[in-house]
This record gives sequence, C-alpha cells and structure tokens, in this order.
Amino acid sequence: MAWLSLAIWVPIAFGCFLLFFSREEHAGFVRWVALLGALLGLLVTVPLYTGFQLGTAEMQFVEKLPWIGHFHLNYHLGLDGLSFWFVPLSAFITLIVVIAGWESIKERVNQYNAAFLILSGLMIGVFSALDGMLFYVFFEATLIPMYLIIGVWGGPRKIYAAFKFFLYTLLGSLLMLITVIYLYSRSGGSFDILTWQQMKIGATAQTLLFFGFFAAFAVKVPMWPIHTWLPDVHVEAPTGGSVILAAIMLKLGAYGFLRFLLPIVPDAAHQWAPLMITLSLVAVIYIGFVAIVQKDMKKLVAYSSVAHMGFVTLGFFIFNDLGISGGIVQMIAHGFVSGAMFLCIGVLYDRVHSREIAAYGGVINSMPRFGAFAMLFFMANCGLPGTAGFVGEWMVILASVKFNFWVGFCAAWAVILGAAYSLWMFKRVYFGDIANQQVREMPDISAREYLILGILAIAVLFMGVYPRPFTDVMDASVAHLLQQIATSKL
Amino acid sequence: MIDNMSWLAVYSEIVLLVMGCAIVLVDLGVTSRKRNVTHFLTLLTMGVVAGLEAMYASSGNTFYGWGNMVVSDSMGSWLKCFAAVTMMACLVYGRPYASDRDMLRGGELFTLSLFMLLGIFVMISANNFLVIYLGLELLTLSSYALVALRRDHATATEAAMKYFVLGAMASGFLLYGLSMIYGATGTLDIGEVFKVINAGQVRHQVLVFGVVFIVSGLAFKLVAVPFHMWTPDVYQGAPTVIALIISSAPKLAGFGIAMRLLVDALLPLAIDWQQMLAVLAIASLFVGNIIGTMQSNIKRMLAYSAIAHMGFMFLGLMSGVANGAVDAVLAERAYSSAMFYVVTYVLTVVPAFGVILLLAREGFESEEIADFAGLNQRSPLYAGIMCVCMFSLAGIPPLVGFYAKLAVLEALVSSGGALHVALAVYAVLMSVIGAFYYLRVVKVMYFDQPLTATTVSAPADVRLVLTVNGALVFIVGILPGGLMALCAEAITRALAS
Repeated sequence: MAWLSLAIWVPIAFGCFLLFFSREEHAGFVRWVALLGALLGLLVTVPLYTGFQLGTAEMQFVEKLPWIGHFHLNYHLGLDGLSFWFVPLSAFITLIVVIAGWESIKERVNQYNAAFLILSGLMIGVFSALDGMLFYVFFEATLIPMYLIIGVWGGPRKIYAAFKFFLYTLLGSLLMLITVIYLYSRSGGSFDILTWQQMKIGATAQTLLFFGFFAAFAVKVPMWPIHTWLPDVHVEAPTGGSVILAAIMLKLGAYGFLRFLLPIVPDAAHQWAPLMITLSLVAVIYIGFVAIVQKDMKKLVAYSSVAHMGFVTLGFFIFNDLGISGGIVQMIAHGFVSGAMFLCIGVLYDRVHSREIAAYGGVINSMPRFGAFAMLFFMANCGLPGTAGFVGEWMVILASVKFNFWVGFCAAWAVILGAAYSLWMFKRVYFGDIANQQVREMPDISAREYLILGILAIAVLFMGVYPRPFTDVMDASVAHLLQQIATSKL
Repeated sequence: MIDNMSWLAVYSEIVLLVMGCAIVLVDLGVTSRKRNVTHFLTLLTMGVVAGLEAMYASSGNTFYGWGNMVVSDSMGSWLKCFAAVTMMACLVYGRPYASDRDMLRGGELFTLSLFMLLGIFVMISANNFLVIYLGLELLTLSSYALVALRRDHATATEAAMKYFVLGAMASGFLLYGLSMIYGATGTLDIGEVFKVINAGQVRHQVLVFGVVFIVSGLAFKLVAVPFHMWTPDVYQGAPTVIALIISSAPKLAGFGIAMRLLVDALLPLAIDWQQMLAVLAIASLFVGNIIGTMQSNIKRMLAYSAIAHMGFMFLGLMSGVANGAVDAVLAERAYSSAMFYVVTYVLTVVPAFGVILLLAREGFESEEIADFAGLNQRSPLYAGIMCVCMFSLAGIPPLVGFYAKLAVLEALVSSGGALHVALAVYAVLMSVIGAFYYLRVVKVMYFDQPLTATTVSAPADVRLVLTVNGALVFIVGILPGGLMALCAEAITRALAS
C-alpha cells in the first residue's frame, strides 16, 4: 500500500468533499465528516510506524511516479528518520484542531474544517517529498489555506496579519525557488533531492545557495530578526490556526535546514555556522526577555516559540549528533507543548473573549481541572524534567557545552528565561485572587476539552518519561546526515 | 503557386470569413433583442474552427501555402484552437452582460468578434510580413469598433478614441520596421528574410533600426511598458465584456507574431532584440506590479496585471539565445515556456473576468474591488473560482500560474550567466509585490462582510463554462505535464521547419 500517499491525500480528499456543504444546516454533518477525515488521516499513518525499519538511513516507503515530463519532475515520496515523526504529528495535531473547533467555530464550518484538513495533507507532503519541486509545491501551497484561516476566522487585525504572513513567507520561498531552479539546471536537469546531495558545488555557489535556502527556511522557522510576522499572526489567528502554525508549520522551515541546506551545501553551512549560532542565541536570550514583558498571552507564547525554535537551529548548527537529534526532539516536543499552550489560551478566550493577561487572575479557583492541565503544559514549556520540553532542551544544551562552553552557557539561559516567563504568566493568570466576575463564573472544561487536553497531556508526559521511540527512529539518519555534513563538496 | 495544400492551410480562415459574412446577413433578419440565433451560429462557427485547428495541430504536419504566404504548423494551430475556444468562452460569459446593457440591438458584438478572430487566425498563420500586417489590422480595427460598441457611453467612446490613436501609431511603428527590413533584405517572406540576414550581407545598422521599430510595435500589442499607456484606460473604459475579449485571445496572436517575427525571421539578430526584450520586461514587471497595487478598480488592476505578466513572458522569449549562440534545446525550452505562459495566462484571466461580468449583471458595473466584498457568503462557488484565478495569477502552487512562472524562470536561469539569474531574482521580487493586489481581491471576497445579501445567479451555460474553466485552472495546475508537452512539441516543430 502507498501509505504515504494515503496520509497526504486522505485528509485533502475529505477537505475538498466538505467544500460542497456550505449551508448552515449542514454544520453538524460537516463536523462529523471532518472528524472522520482527521481520524482516518491519523490511522493511515499507523502502518508507517509499524513498518518503519530502524537502524538504516535509507529512504523508506518510497513512491516514485513521473509527474511533469517536461521537467523530469517526479512524484517522489519517502521517509527517513529526520522526517518520520512529523507525519503522524501533523495528522495528530489536525485531529486535535478539528475537535477543538467543534463548538467555537460557528461560521462557515465547512470551509474551516476543509482548510485544516487540506493543510494537514499539504504539510505531510512537505515532510515526505523527495523531489525538490514537489517539496516546493507543497511548501508554498500551505500558504493558501493558512492565509484564509487567519483572514476569515481571525481577530480584529486579522487582515494585516494575513497579509504579513503571506507576503513574508512568499518572499522567502520565492528566493528558494530560484535556488531550486539553479540546482536543477546545475545538476543537468534533475529535481531529485538525493541527487543534489551528491553534487559537487563550488564555494561561491554554495554561499549563494545557502542564503537562498536560508531566506525561505529562516522566515518560516522564524529566526531572529525576521521573526516579527509570527507574534502578529499568532495574536490574530484563531486558536486552531495558532496551534497548527506553532506545532507544525514552524517545523517546515527547520526541517528544510535538515533536508536541503545542511546536506547540499555543507561547506557553506560550516562557514556560516557562527552566524547561525549567533542568530539562534539571540533568539533564545533576547526573545526570551521580550517574552517576559508581553501583556498578551498569545504574544507571550508566540515569542516563546521563537525562542524555542532558536534552540532547534542552535542544535542543528553545532554539528554533532546530540545537537541534531536534540533539535529534532525539540521540534516534536514543541509541537505538543506549544499546541497545548495555544489550546489553553483558546479555552480561556472562548469564555472571557480576552487574551490580556491582566483580564485574568485566580482562574484555578473557578476551573481547577483546567488549571491542572495548564500547569503541566507550562511546566513542559519551561523544560521541567519528566516532560517533553526537557528532553530536547537538555540534549541541545549538552551538545552545545560539548561544542563550546560559552555557547552552552548562553543556551542554558533559555531554561531560566523559559521558567521566568512561563511561571510568571502562570502566576498572573491562574493563581491569586479571582480578578473579576467573569472569571468567577467561568465553567470548567467540558468533556470535549478534557479529551483533547488529556491526549496532549499523555503525549507530553510520555515523551518526557520515555523518549526512546522518538530518538531510536532518528539515530541512523542523524549519523548519516552528520557524515554528509562532514564531507566537503568543494 | 496555388495547390491543394494552399487551400488546406487556410481552410479555417475561409470558414470564418464565409460564416462571418453569412452571420452578418442572418443577423439582419433577427429581430429578437437576445440575438439567440446569431449567438448560436457564432459559437458554432468558432467551435468548428477550434475543432479543425485541433485536428491539424495533432496531425503535427507543417505545410506552406499560397506561395509561402501562409504556414500551417502545430504551434499556429494550437494557438488558433486556443484563441477560438477563448473567444467562445468570452461570448458565453459576456452575453447576459451585453444583453442587459442593450448592446445586442444589433449583432455586432458577435460578428465583430468573428472578424477579430479571423484577424487573429491570419496573424498566426502568416509567413509573410504583409499577411501579418493584414491580420493585425483586421484584429485591431475590429477591437476599436468593439470598444466603441456602446457609442452613447462617454467613457467607452473615450477609451475607443485613445485605443485607436495609440493603436494606429503602433501599427505605424510595426509597418515602418517591417518596411525597413524589407528594404534591407529585399523580401517580405519570413523564411527568406531569415536566410538573407543569416548570410550576413546586410548592413547590421539598418536591420537594428528595423528591429527596434518591430519590437516597439509588438510591445504595444503585448502591452509592455513603455507602450502600455492605453491599457488601463481601455480596460477600464471599455464595457467589461469587451475588456475581456481584448485582454484574452489577442495575447495569443501577439505571442504568435512575436515568434514569427523575432524567432522565425530575425533570429540572427537575437542579441539585439534580446536586450530590448530584457529592458521591456524589467520595466513591465516594475510598472505592472507596483502601480497595480494602487488600483481600486478591478479592471485597471487586471490591466496592470496583464502588463506584469507580459513582462514575465518576455523573459521567456528572450532566454532562447545564450550569448548570441542559438542552441536548439535552450530555444525550445524558452519559447515553449513563453507559449505555456501566455496560454495559461489567458486560461486564468478569462474566468476572472467572467466572475466580474457575473456580478456586474445586477444593475451596476461591479468594477471596484470593494464590490466583491463578502462574495464568499453570497456565492462560495464563484468566490472559489475567483480565488483560484487570483492565486494562480499570483503564481502560488499548485495552481497553473506557478508552473508558468517556473517554466520561464527555469529557461531564464539555464540560459545564461549571473545576469540572467539576477533578472530571475528581480522578477521574483516583483512577483511578491504583485501578489499583494491579487491577495487583496481574495481578502475582500473572504474576509469582508457583503454589502448586499443577494445571491449571485447565472444562466446555466455561464455557470457550466465558468465552473469548467475554473476547474481547469486547478486541474492543469496539478497536472501541467500535458499542456507543457504540447507547447514543447509545438515549438520543436515550429523551430525545426
């Protein structure tokens, strides 16, 4: 069975199907179909897990069909340890988002769910594409549903945010397009990523290619100083949009570094690694401080995402196995944790319609069960041992200390700052006296919210206590990648 | 001189001419304000010639007729087929609009469209400077008349006036350039011109002068900066249905004569016209994308978008020759990318105008972008079609506009050194700016609240054609291989002959 294709096209097919039911009275039916689509989408990724061969860096589940003969483009899919976990993660987060929007979305339900299902398929496509142009097509196509998600169901300044999101990321990706075309013409007419990874490339060309890729991926990650679109977008996006954005979309950029930049231009990567490390450390420390002073909950978590993603890129550019695996683990963990954080904010927002930290206080009194979940996720966000957040951070810090003590020293600040902004926000929102009447009357979480937060809590704890299933899968591929990075292509 | 092949080469032109005349006569007898008979006959004629041309095209033969005056090759046949189909779609979309605005008192809309199509056909099949000019004049004269169709409407007549004056000047340019080449080479036949120039016995300076004028004339027809001034005014001033007609099929003809003149005849001078096209492209991309962002009228916006897109197409046309050396593979890539670009552009812009026409039918013109507010709530289908068109024009995958840009950029990057890569980067940066105004249309349709709650209704034929057309933008986007291969093959054959 072509499980990868199924993982991509099942949600897209369901999404397209939903578009035909635009009338209000179909909303109930639409929700169930969307749930079915998301569930099926997750189920078809199970054989990927059971069938995955450990201990090899070879591509698995490969599918290859001719697509556009004129360019020798292939519909070429495959998974290895670097990309494996993002496929089920995308399907999983989509399922969570569909359930989370069950009651809070009342307008254009079909388009909302369709957008998320289609987005899910496209993102899985990005993670499994082995053809440069196919990757690009999926990578870019995600802009369309995301643009609509932000613009249609977003907050008051949604239009500004939607445009900013679209144009920033489009600019980055189009520069990558030139890079991809250049690689194509240089390789004598091949869009195959694995072929590109074998090619010899001169120093100047490597530098140019490096910055071509950097433009696309750094905007998407987003790295300091091109991160400014992210807080704006998070603040305006609906809860589901924020969850997908933080949990999966940011990973598209980081994944691009692994799949394209490091193996294709290793010499330029070595040459510019100090720059990348510096930018990552700035993201970790400076953005950490910025996060502390935020008054808006979503902005705070958005900045915390930038800081956490800084950790990921830091891990990648210190070129040892612990760093790279740590980065990937951090990506997965951040997927769970940031998704959960945004869901928590969504739960509060549904009740009070405000994201200001000052509008809350003493939430734990009126919503004790919710408070317990939130506590867990906040702890995971500051990297408490035993939670998902700890594993990746710890690996990256360890790796960076190995690499250079002072880099490690700076990176360790992330833990302190992370604890500072997370705990301080937690204190202001959840503890203390009940701030106002609205908070006093908030009903505790419903069974539906209990379910999604519960699933995420299990995921966060499981990954924190027993991360081996996550690391085992990537070991061989990370070793292979390191070998590629160490081999000069000049 | 005149043999059987001669007749075969102009078969569909004869059908068009005869039917055009016949329909004029039939129309005299039609009293209905709806002009159903004329409409039907026109569509039928166009459908027949489209079928004929598709048949020729797929047979893949190239033959010359009338003493080398005309040529029938698969590139020309496909272009003609697409032009005829485009024209049919335009008339289907435009009829309710025209009938609401009392533009069907006579059947001129249909008969002039037929003659316009005839002009396009003649241009595309020309293998001789004079025939090109004849076709061009037939095309442009019909379009002047079409723009002025609402003669009691001040903006339309103003637009027609502007179009006529500037168009006549451009025709003059082209004719002047052609006569210079004729003077230098002593022949009007495209193949002969090529041979004479290639032999290298003509003074280069004279030829270059000729090329400058020819390219200027072409640039006017293909709405390139700095010969673009008429475009926004005419698009805006003309009745929307006419704007649709003049913005779509003639682009195909423009590409056709650009191929015939620049490639078939003047290829040895490529190094000269290449630079001109580069300058035109740079300027068009700049003006089209930057000024386009400032428009609030959607027809003007589409005019600037056309300017930008033609700039992109020029990038494809100019990348066939690297450093003055003709390379068959490179040339095929470049010209087929340009052909793909222009065909898909037409495919995308026609349904976009179709939606504008649809909304305009409720008693007002619906020309402001703001008139699209909340279209998604009023009609998800039409909003979806418009949305697909806009994203395609902006070049977002997986829609067809993306592959067009990809093909052109690929040809550009592989054809030359750093300069061409820099041009590609420039084109890409300009596209990001251009994306802004396409996004704004989507924004208005999806994010804003509708001004009226009325749903949009359309006659069954319009709904069907529009849906198919919108779906094609999407389907050709997912699987662009077939159309690309078709363009590549057409160009290969055209270059080989």
